[in-house]
Amino acid sequence: MIATSNLSKKYSGNQVLHIENLDIPKGQSFGLVGNNGAGKTTYFSLLLDLIQPTTGHIISHDIQVNKSEAWKPFTSAFIDESFLIGYLTPEEYFYFVGELRGQNKATVDAFVSQFEDFFHGEILGKKKYLRDLSKGNQKKAGIVAALIGNPEVVILDEPFANLDPTTQIRLKGIVKDLAETKGVTVLISSHDLLHVTDVCERIVVLEKGEVVKDLVTNEATLKELEAHFAN
Amino acid sequence: MIKHFLNLEWKAFFRSASFGKSLGIKIFMGFMALYFMVCFLVIGLLMDKILEKVYPDTDVLVSFNSLLFYWILGDLVFRFFFQKLPVMSVKPLLTLPISRSKVVNFVLGKSALSFFNFLPLFAIVPFAFKLIFFKDYPSGSVLIWVLAIIITTLIINFINFIIESFSAETELSFLPVILITGGLFALDYFNIVSFKGLVGGAYNTIYESPFLVLALVLILGIAYFLNFKLLHKKLFLDSGLKTEVKEVNASNLEWTKNFGDIAPFMQLDLKLIWRNKRTKSSVWMLALGLLYGLFFYPQPAYQDKTFFFIFIGIFSTGIFLINFGQFVPAWDSGYYKLLMSQNIKYEQYLKSKFTLMALSVLVLFVLGIPYVYFGWKILFAHFAAAIYNIGVNTHVILWGGSYNRKKIDLSQKAAFNYQGTGAVQWLIGIPLLLFPMIIFALLNWLLSFEIACITLIAMGVLGIVFHQKLMRFITGKYLESKYKMIDAFDQEN
Repeated sequence: MIATSNLSKKYSGNQVLHIENLDIPKGQSFGLVGNNGAGKTTYFSLLLDLIQPTTGHIISHDIQVNKSEAWKPFTSAFIDESFLIGYLTPEEYFYFVGELRGQNKATVDAFVSQFEDFFHGEILGKKKYLRDLSKGNQKKAGIVAALIGNPEVVILDEPFANLDPTTQIRLKGIVKDLAETKGVTVLISSHDLLHVTDVCERIVVLEKGEVVKDLVTNEATLKELEAHFAN
Repeated sequence: MIKHFLNLEWKAFFRSASFGKSLGIKIFMGFMALYFMVCFLVIGLLMDKILEKVYPDTDVLVSFNSLLFYWILGDLVFRFFFQKLPVMSVKPLLTLPISRSKVVNFVLGKSALSFFNFLPLFAIVPFAFKLIFFKDYPSGSVLIWVLAIIITTLIINFINFIIESFSAETELSFLPVILITGGLFALDYFNIVSFKGLVGGAYNTIYESPFLVLALVLILGIAYFLNFKLLHKKLFLDSGLKTEVKEVNASNLEWTKNFGDIAPFMQLDLKLIWRNKRTKSSVWMLALGLLYGLFFYPQPAYQDKTFFFIFIGIFSTGIFLINFGQFVPAWDSGYYKLLMSQNIKYEQYLKSKFTLMALSVLVLFVLGIPYVYFGWKILFAHFAAAIYNIGVNTHVILWGGSYNRKKIDLSQKAAFNYQGTGAVQWLIGIPLLLFPMIIFALLNWLLSFEIACITLIAMGVLGIVFHQKLMRFITGKYLESKYKMIDAFDQEN
């Protein structure tokens, strides 16, 4: 369970995020949508303690993220390319992340091999550094690395952007599986309303840093979101 | 059209993200340029006197011409390492309605305005001035000769780019230029073909029959044309403008497992050092540091200046420490957010850097043991310096790193790259080098050489004893500035 209370972030007097109250129960697939500058990435950065809140706090599984580091073992994220280490090969990167999360090489190998489909033969055994991969392939490696070591909270910022259609569909399957069968709390932000309604049980719309809609996904949700963003 | 290009250049210079931020570096580079200009100016003004002294029987201009061959070779090598054709900046122009040849002409034309082409003028012009006004050489011929030299500079400029474009694809890209220049030099040196005489003779002839300068113009034209051809062919996204993709040279680095829980970070650091250009250069610096003592110790003048030993000791055993340590944690700035959101202990992260630096000091000390040839005092001083480096300097430099706020882009070239350099990097040198030198010099002067060495060793040992405590303190400093670092490493500079 991730509880956000009275959270706000200001940059030189400019409020970019203000969330009075937001509770995300364990095992929920949670979608965050909003236009550019709505505060999606800011919220995720606060959740990962990469920036300091101006007021309020986030409590993840009973741990206040900006006070203790004990949330790190069960949380993982892929926000952008700055989460990749360019001079490693994808395999080395997986091993490195795995090692930090207490997994040995064999376990990582076994885990990563499940994603052969997802990788489409373009990631593993290519003898290329991550910095030399295309944007889409970099993203695939980053997303899979974020799933290593059985995290309980997974945060993915714009996971569908830059991916090809096949991979998008496969990724949706992976995310659904995580939340439904493994009880992982998955937080996703996206500009793609169709994907996000497909994958997430719950969708929150941010606008200028505030929560303006909090929907439980059903057949009408996509229409409602489209109507909301049309004006 | 040229107006647009110049406009773009102007904006690129003044609007570059680093323009305001790294003014200090700009000023430093400016001083370097000024320094070189003054050097050349002084050489130019004294040229006739020097040449008269070295070659008393020959005409000044003739002896100058006879040395031109070496200048050409030196200039070629120097340019190869420091001058690059700025092709990448034209990428956005390709889809605009500008003909390819115009773009190529612009890039090549711009290279003619490089600082490297103006530098020789600072020596040549005063030299020519003195020839005309003080030695009564015919002004017309001398001016033609100056023109010939200017054209030669431009020829070197363009030939360099041709060599670069051919050697860019090979693994050891600097090999061809070394082979060519080395080969020419050897042929000349062993009197197989006297290029020295040939080149000298050619310029003497130009001086005597000015219209022959047209031959140089012709060579320049050919060099330019070849460049134009090469570049025109390469101005596509999949050839010249493509960024290099290197095959991985993987090694498993199993031995790092001996270091326990810091092993993953040590592996990461070793890969960081070996797989990026900028960090790799700090490996080559090791050799320089190791051999540094050879510049001084063989000279009798330094034999009794014992306080100097400690400077060389600190420097030669600590060169990797200084080079690598001063940019901790900026080396990891590209993926700092990952590290901060991962399940890592800061202390392990820092300890890996510490271990690497301490190991490098140890290895460099052992490799430097042959210095004992110059006296046991030197070895003792080096030993004291090594202990001091391990016990004190490693901690100081890691502590300094917590004030590091400058990002480093690892994909950038190595030489003359001051990215990531801030005031901290300059200030940290004071405690690192000056402080031990002062202590040593003082004790050496007041008491004795042995006591001075033992004091430094004691300080080092103290640092090693309190290693855990110091590391905890340093870790605290890093944690304090965590958000500031994340924010700073996120900015382009």
